[in-house]
Amino acid sequence: MRREIPLLITAITGIVFVLQYFIPHAPFNKMNTWFSDWFSIVGAFAIWLGALNLLKISFQKIMDKKSDWFFALVIIISFFVITIIGFAEGQGFREPGTTFSWLYDYVYSPLSATMFAILAFFVASASYRAFRARNFEATLLLLSAFFVMLGRVPVGDIITGFLPQQYQLSQVASWIMTFPQTAGQRAIMIGIALGLVSTSLRIILGIERSHLGGGD
Amino acid sequence: MSSTTRIRELAVVILILVISVIVYIGKIQGWNNGLMFSPAVSLTVVIVIFLLLLYILLRTLQGHLIGRRTVFLFVGLAVVLPFFMTLTLKFRVSPEVQQLYDALSELQPGSKVLVSFDYDPPSAPELQPMAVAFLRYCLSHDLKVIIIGLWPQGPQQANLALEDALKSKEVAAKKPEYGVDYVNLGFQVGNEFVIQRMGTDFKSMFPKDYSGTVYDDLPLVRNVKNFSNIDYSFNLSAGYPGTQEWVQVAVDRYGLKMGAGNTAVQAPMMYTYLNAGQLVGLLGGMNGAAEFELVTNEIGKGTKFMLSQSFAHMIVIAFIIIGNVAYFKSGRKKKL
Repeated sequence: MRREIPLLITAITGIVFVLQYFIPHAPFNKMNTWFSDWFSIVGAFAIWLGALNLLKISFQKIMDKKSDWFFALVIIISFFVITIIGFAEGQGFREPGTTFSWLYDYVYSPLSATMFAILAFFVASASYRAFRARNFEATLLLLSAFFVMLGRVPVGDIITGFLPQQYQLSQVASWIMTFPQTAGQRAIMIGIALGLVSTSLRIILGIERSHLGGGD
Repeated sequence: MSSTTRIRELAVVILILVISVIVYIGKIQGWNNGLMFSPAVSLTVVIVIFLLLLYILLRTLQGHLIGRRTVFLFVGLAVVLPFFMTLTLKFRVSPEVQQLYDALSELQPGSKVLVSFDYDPPSAPELQPMAVAFLRYCLSHDLKVIIIGLWPQGPQQANLALEDALKSKEVAAKKPEYGVDYVNLGFQVGNEFVIQRMGTDFKSMFPKDYSGTVYDDLPLVRNVKNFSNIDYSFNLSAGYPGTQEWVQVAVDRYGLKMGAGNTAVQAPMMYTYLNAGQLVGLLGGMNGAAEFELVTNEIGKGTKFMLSQSFAHMIVIAFIIIGNVAYFKSGRKKKL
């Protein structure tokens, strides 16, 4: 039963969601509403589950004195500091001027943005070390990147300012984005969609069971 | 890990903390206002960086390769130095940005605009300038703004954007009132299911606003039942759930008229929706924000950051060229 019940839930919700898209009338529209509300409820519980799981893993790391356990301690302290402050400030804890808001604006936001900004350095370094015109395809990619990167910033038009407007880099970049790039994206998206349809059908029909966990 | 490495790491962390404190105090005191390069100094800095890159290229031709720390240093300089420069760059408004502006300008005063903030602080440098510019335009043109978030941090980012938009003279003159001219309904968990439920019933997904006010007590949304009561929608997206889900559910199924602002990484995928007419306008990355600021005649962070973006792009291109020169010079063998 531990496998049959989840398989049944998956099959029923999957079939209802497919049917309600094509038949938006009773009872399918109502069932869709129920399942959507249930999804929100389960989703809300999942947030807590995620938070508690993070805490459990972090505590375990400290207890076992695993490598970099210090960072797990930082996670736990940050978690409790922000949670306690949030609860202590009550209903309007996110309003401007609260301690929670200050922590969000001046600690969480800059730290998150910094982590993401580091990407720029690694992209530059990786491009320098690995972006090579090794063959025809790589050269094509390199040239496209060259035109788009320059064409997407004002300096591109400054460099090609002597050319007629339609040949300036911003126009070339725009053409690449609108035609060859979109064609490639469409091909990828259609491929992904077909893959999604077949995988979804396998899950709904219970052929694909890896999402249930376990070895088989 | 050796103790020396640990001490070095700790020293770097302390150094970063000290710098952060100095920058924070500097922001409060407004020190940066007096620390701007004149155009002549700015140009000199640009020329010096160009000459240094030329020197690296010549050294590479002689067989001397540079390490990645040098690349990091140049990228850092390319991003930071433009903040102190007084150079201005002229740029053009792209068709997708113009399309978004045209769609907005066609709206009658009092039209309801739904804005979904589906991003968090890591993507804020790119998306926040567009959020501010968009809200500023709506509030100064009597468009009613309904904010929601499918990402937990979205509504908080919306509040920050609102704070900036409300400082604008044009907006302040209109004296927009919370609950009447704009409202923040907060975050709701459930990704595309939230969008689907909003197609039939807004209130079931957002029974209270961000501050806990009951839905029916907010005059702006009291009569908003579903997407048919929304005149235009704008989605600020940095991933999942985001523009793709909004297009698939709200646009395709419920016929919502929608534009989007995406990170530069995500924007290329949205051109498929744009060209098919499923999106009415697209702001892609920092330059999308800058172009929107240009078309709305309100200079903001998007425009200011364009110099940094331009320099960073040029530095990356320069190092790609240098890397390829080294590659061909070594007979396609050398690894950097």
